[in-house]
Amino acid sequence: MAVAWGKPEERYLTGHDAPRVDGPAKVTGKAKYAYDINLPGMLYGKILRSPHPHATVKGVNLAKAKAHPGVKAALDFEKKTVRYAGEEVAAVAAVSPDVAEEALRLIEVEYERLPHVVDEDEAQKPEAPKIHQDGNVRPRKDDPQIRGGDPDPVFADPGTVWTEGTYRTQVQTHSSLETHGLVAKWDGDQLTVWTSTQGVFGVRDDLAKFFNVPAANVHAICEVMGGGFGSKFGAGVEGTAAARLAKEANAPVKLMLSRHEEHLCVGNRPSSVQKIKIGATKEGKLVAFHSKVYGTGGIAGGAGVPLPYVYETIPNLKTEHTDVRINAGSSRAMRAPGHPQAAFGMCSALDELAEKLGMDLLELCRKNDSVQNAIRLRQYDIGAERIGWGRRNKTPGAGPGPKKRGIGLGFGKWGGGGGKNTFAEVVINPDGTVESKCGVQDIGTGIRTVVGMIAAEELGLQLKDVKALVGDTALPPGTGSGGSRTSPSAAPAVKLAAVSAKAKLFEKLAPALGVTPDQLVAKDGKIGVAGDASKALDWKAACAQIGSVPISGQSEWAEGLSGSGVAGAQFAEVEVDVETGSVRVVKVVAVQDCGLVLNRLTAVSQMNGGIIQGISWALLEDRIMDRPTGLMVNPNMEDYKISGAFEMPEFDVVVMDMPERGVIGIGEPAVIPTAGAVANAIYNAVGVRFRELPITPDKVLTALMRKIS
Amino acid sequence: MDNQPTQSKSGLTRRGFLKGVGGGLAGTAVLSTAALTAPEEAKAAAGKVLGPGKVPVALRVNGRPMKVEVEPRVTLLSALRDHLDLTGAKLVCDRGECGGCTVLLDGRPVYACMMLAVDAQGREITTVEGLGKGGQLDPVQAAFVQHDALMCGCCTPGLVMSVRGLLNRNPNPTMDDVKRACAGNLCRCGTYPKVFEAALAAAKMQKGGA
Repeated sequence: MAVAWGKPEERYLTGHDAPRVDGPAKVTGKAKYAYDINLPGMLYGKILRSPHPHATVKGVNLAKAKAHPGVKAALDFEKKTVRYAGEEVAAVAAVSPDVAEEALRLIEVEYERLPHVVDEDEAQKPEAPKIHQDGNVRPRKDDPQIRGGDPDPVFADPGTVWTEGTYRTQVQTHSSLETHGLVAKWDGDQLTVWTSTQGVFGVRDDLAKFFNVPAANVHAICEVMGGGFGSKFGAGVEGTAAARLAKEANAPVKLMLSRHEEHLCVGNRPSSVQKIKIGATKEGKLVAFHSKVYGTGGIAGGAGVPLPYVYETIPNLKTEHTDVRINAGSSRAMRAPGHPQAAFGMCSALDELAEKLGMDLLELCRKNDSVQNAIRLRQYDIGAERIGWGRRNKTPGAGPGPKKRGIGLGFGKWGGGGGKNTFAEVVINPDGTVESKCGVQDIGTGIRTVVGMIAAEELGLQLKDVKALVGDTALPPGTGSGGSRTSPSAAPAVKLAAVSAKAKLFEKLAPALGVTPDQLVAKDGKIGVAGDASKALDWKAACAQIGSVPISGQSEWAEGLSGSGVAGAQFAEVEVDVETGSVRVVKVVAVQDCGLVLNRLTAVSQMNGGIIQGISWALLEDRIMDRPTGLMVNPNMEDYKISGAFEMPEFDVVVMDMPERGVIGIGEPAVIPTAGAVANAIYNAVGVRFRELPITPDKVLTALMRKIS
Repeated sequence: MDNQPTQSKSGLTRRGFLKGVGGGLAGTAVLSTAALTAPEEAKAAAGKVLGPGKVPVALRVNGRPMKVEVEPRVTLLSALRDHLDLTGAKLVCDRGECGGCTVLLDGRPVYACMMLAVDAQGREITTVEGLGKGGQLDPVQAAFVQHDALMCGCCTPGLVMSVRGLLNRNPNPTMDDVKRACAGNLCRCGTYPKVFEAALAAAKMQKGGA
């Protein structure tokens, strides 16, 4: 019989609010992050980084640093060329963080400066300094892509109503609160690392490969970690450096990056410049689309955006994309890579087109939803009702007074499916304790609690009765936490492992109770016989009959318990102070599907978090590069602004529970629609279109001034 | 006074704090005697220059006397985390911007990364490990768990301490009071709305309500 999630009314843990099992550890300071690991004799590692955006490294002299009595190891990364300010050059391990810092200043490096470029427009000019031999401008392989007909003649048709705009999004840094890094400890050729990561097995395999030791010799542990958002896969240069230093010094080494390094060196969301031309019939049927996009992922690529976004079935379609390289740190996946950018471009473009058509934006969207996505249409209905869509300014900017309100819509989509690389084990011990094990890691989403609750529910127990174990390569292998895949990968594996463990328990107990295993049920902390209440054993007494060897149920992920593909709509209400230019988000209504809701409490937290990051990106965050020096001018948390307490709007989050679809991830969908919704709301408030993020007071005031004059 | 960012009711804002300590940061390698806050310490150290080598530092943390030998340049945060293994307070920005290292000093929240360990002598230091009695969570901690006011948990100890500090001086806070008290703490996962809920619930809880 195929395993299924039970009926909602029978599920007393999944689908409800469960405070996280590691909550008490986190609020008391007992939870040990990689940064918190202190070992006897532990040294502190630090990395010397290039102060120049582009240079040839002529020589590195570690002698003076090595001569410092507090320095126990030093290494040279043997770089010939450094391509951004912040690229690693050398590293040391010393007896204290301060001594390590001192030692970095003793390292002598001879650089020969090379010309640099840190602006994606400048970088495309023929005379721009080349970041790599093959140039700065890297068009997509099969560029341009045309689907259906050529859009140009359709735009030329007098029956087509079209708009054109260029939408710009800035580089955003992940800004995880715990920086990248790890603590490395060797015992002979066995390496143990305590790491801040989104994938313990990825870290293990990177290190094993680097040191040419069997994977089994490397043990990666991530009990808890302080945020990743896509930037923390693999051991990284800092991780391998820590282990190299530890080996050389013959002592454990903690190497965690500084906030400054975190902004420069370990990833960011690429910028985008999206020129979008979009046309519809007078009735509002989308008929033509042309996008020409470029963006920069620093010295790397990865700046692609999935256009046209959501409304994909436009019959005449042409898209062009180019990655532009500059002398800045590499991009990395960041929460829904490419999607928030595309959503901002597309939501803005459709809003402009709707106005030109004299049509309500929601009506235009409803008419064109790509596959008549019934879920999204429902989300539009729910959201419009909750935000009060009818309250929108019929004439944008027509509201009274200096503080003008407006309402806008944003939309998104995501995959979020599970997959075949996650295993789980549920152990029932003779003393009645239960362990639910899965080698995924909790990046703050609450997967540990999910791993516990699924096993508990299958066994008729409470969450507190099960010890959930994640974040350790000694556990059954689990997927890296990317693509919103963790829950849909881990939940089915744990469910199947628990089903298997329960079946084995029933087999052991059935003869003693004089019944067959299929007559047994695990419910309310008891093992009972269907139809005969007198024979019930309480859980502990039942487990006492297991014998000396615990029961182990094991499983890999399998199809049937998870799904993929979500929509998502958000509605924002903003207030723009036309005297100061400041924008306040008043309220966000977010309506999101994620299949079967596992833990409602943490699902809502994920949504809140996505909205907050979306607002932060829309209004505050910006990695600012100084063109003459090639340096990031705001690599800290004071000048690189992220949302704080005072930026919080009212939240109205609707998580749609659709158990029949199985488990789907919610982490990434949450962040996608927000910026588009906020930008459209600002237009509705003041009647001026902002096509560039972040929408800061200076831009607002300048644009309002231009409107008046 | 509530409207003035440097002297809010919360007693601490990021800007106000930075302004306050700005002068003291200029020359910390050689500690001036005036920076020692406890009168008896100041007297003892009169005319004495500390460092650059290690000096004995006596701290009172979570109600217990503790001794460390650290260079005078070592921050209170480093003393707690690297020398006393009290790692609840987090090192996040290391320059008074994020509040991840918030501890209570004589009951009021301060950034432990912005204070030297030697300057904390003679003061009552409370870290997140020191809240709660007899294995029971403090109402603020309990409310944080109950309301899911944490995700990755890295900002959590700091926010717990900021809220604890608020409730110490104002047992009946409004939502605005709560926001002001949390304005010096940054969270990247986006727990703020749940933190506000938890803070108000904790206030209720410690008055014997639900």
